[in-house]
Amino acid sequence: MDVMPKWADVVLVPLISLIIAALLSALLILAIGESPVAALKLMIEGTLLRSSGWGYMLYYTTNFIFTGLAVSVAFHAALFNIGGEGQAMMGGLGVALVCLFIPWPHWSFAIIGASLGAAVFGMIWAGLPAYLQAKRGSHIVITTIMFNFIAAGVLNFFLVGALKPKGSMDPATANFPASTHLPTFEDMASLMGFEKMFRAAPANVSFFLALVACVLVWFLIWRTPLGYEIRAMGKSEPAARYAGIGSVKIIMVAMMISGALSGMMAINTTQGESERLILNFTEGAGFIGIAVALMGRSHPLGVLLAALLFGFLYQGGAELALWTKIPRELIVVIQALVILFTGALSLMVRGPLERLFLSLRRRG
Amino acid sequence: MDFLTLLQVLDSSLRLATPLLLACLAGLFSERAGIFDIGLEGKMLAAAFLSAAIAATTGSVWLGLLAGIGAALLLSAIHGLASITLRGDQIISGVAINFLAAGLTVVISQDWFGQGGRTPPLLSGGRFEPLSLPGAVPAKEISQAGPFMQLYSELFSGHSLLVYVALLMVPLTWFVLYKTRFGLRLRAVGENPAAVDTAGISVVGLRYAAVGICGVLCGIAGAYMATALQAGFVKDMSAGRGFIALAALIFAKWRPWYALGACLLFGFFFAVDNRFQNILLPAWAMSGVLLALGCGLFAYVRNKTLLDRIVLGGLGLGLAIVATLITLSNLNAGLGSMIKIPVVFIQSLPYVLTVVVLAGFVGKAIPPRSGGVAYVKEK
Repeated sequence: MDVMPKWADVVLVPLISLIIAALLSALLILAIGESPVAALKLMIEGTLLRSSGWGYMLYYTTNFIFTGLAVSVAFHAALFNIGGEGQAMMGGLGVALVCLFIPWPHWSFAIIGASLGAAVFGMIWAGLPAYLQAKRGSHIVITTIMFNFIAAGVLNFFLVGALKPKGSMDPATANFPASTHLPTFEDMASLMGFEKMFRAAPANVSFFLALVACVLVWFLIWRTPLGYEIRAMGKSEPAARYAGIGSVKIIMVAMMISGALSGMMAINTTQGESERLILNFTEGAGFIGIAVALMGRSHPLGVLLAALLFGFLYQGGAELALWTKIPRELIVVIQALVILFTGALSLMVRGPLERLFLSLRRRG
Repeated sequence: MDFLTLLQVLDSSLRLATPLLLACLAGLFSERAGIFDIGLEGKMLAAAFLSAAIAATTGSVWLGLLAGIGAALLLSAIHGLASITLRGDQIISGVAINFLAAGLTVVISQDWFGQGGRTPPLLSGGRFEPLSLPGAVPAKEISQAGPFMQLYSELFSGHSLLVYVALLMVPLTWFVLYKTRFGLRLRAVGENPAAVDTAGISVVGLRYAAVGICGVLCGIAGAYMATALQAGFVKDMSAGRGFIALAALIFAKWRPWYALGACLLFGFFFAVDNRFQNILLPAWAMSGVLLALGCGLFAYVRNKTLLDRIVLGGLGLGLAIVATLITLSNLNAGLGSMIKIPVVFIQSLPYVLTVVVLAGFVGKAIPPRSGGVAYVKEK
């Protein structure tokens, strides 16, 4: 029997973890001589009270939805995919190749092609560690970390070599042709008659792609036989094997879906924002996916909410860095605290809560 | 390449291998006791920052070293609390510690020094200076000295104290792990904690001790980076060294002497990468090696399952295609022409080698059996 009601487990535990992380961050802001209340106000003003703030927030959110879903799918199979960063880099390579070398008539075709390119490249980059885990027993955490570094090397190789246009000094590809450019929120808003909305904000149509991915992942995990097998394998590998579920297949499939999702993050940043492939375009989003998945309890709805929260933190953090002497890296600290309290120290939150509910039940 | 150049490369290998070696031995203690630690990177970074900050403000490198060890120990305590006492996920805890260090070092250094996340450059007294061994010739006169004198003066002499400390840590680690009661228990707790518990020895105590040793060594590694290898802290200065140390640990199969070898090898890659920007190889050799690897993979998977054939065969095919491309693009210039090995290839070698070792194609790397699993005492 569960000690805690389900709602407490799903809502209360992440919420309390978040509050602890927020309090510790507030202490840190106090320690460097700024006011936490003023900082929060600034973050809200720069993010939620301006349409361009929303445009930036949703741009970050799109990245975090993809990487958060990627980590979640692997978590369901009890696999820890820490290689989202590398898979996203390879995804970017896929997007660049598709956009540069195929003449697309319209962005709507290009986004489908780019999705496929990103997904396939991400899949390959997650598939190799998955194979090594499934067939050779190499620890997937270590191999995916190594693959992050190797991906950075591969990306670097292409951007200073084969894909760099002649005469250019930047380690980046040529600009993608105009027919592949994705409509931004600004374009869409002006199409609907709101001329001044989302000015210069990078959020683009791939946000909706991320929402579709949420629904698809939910359907896959909870409404298909494959999803059932993935979850069974994640709960207990011996039980799953006894039920005739092959662990090799599940490890491969779960990791490849995870890699595909990570890779698709690159559509937003590469095709949507920079419109060419640049170095470091992932900006650590692959790692934030871990925090997002932990906070969202590996459920697509939770991932969406957590991604919104981190999108807010990222845009708000940029505002703070602009107007106060709080550096952007404060967000990295908050992210670390969220991972610590929702992931590693969850018993610290869960333990007292469980005791509270037990005593409530005894009394009642 | 003359003898002196070779010596200089080896000398720089040793200096670059030192932080790897210290972090690798740190990980060795922790993982041999059954606590996975991917937070080596974060601990080194935190130690590098605090040691540089304290050394810069007090002017004493020894206080800096102590502060660095303190910073790493604090993060170790968090890792221990999360993974030993609260039985949380050790990998997630390690990830969190890496981010915590990456964020906090910049936030605090910006607040203390306001120099964009770096500490003021360290003056003499704030750094570990190179030690000149007795009889060594100074750098200016080294080209006139005989080969043995060059070897002695360039490679063995002229390092900072911490390099010698790191090298001494290898036999010490070996001795502690294999020749003392504490070491036996520490290894046992990583393999079978229940047996250790049955013998009436505290599993929790042993694991905390291991995590503590890990913190001290990471602290020295970080302090070395900021006060000996460089003169001050720069944002993200560990630059993945913690992960390379982890790779070296696996490459060394969790053994101290092998760890020395692995770290020196990876340090050598760094040194080669620093010293030579252009490494040339004849085109025929490069495509030949790739083609041979590809064919080897094909031969290996001939009688394996479909999945093996797809993955490894695909890899072999990829290598063969790259070999063909190299051959085709160099046909005009002739196959004897020299082509440049990409710099990133040398930089990626430690990671590629680790994956190959993990895959078990070159000797199998078997981690401690209870690694990563929290111990729950029977009631």
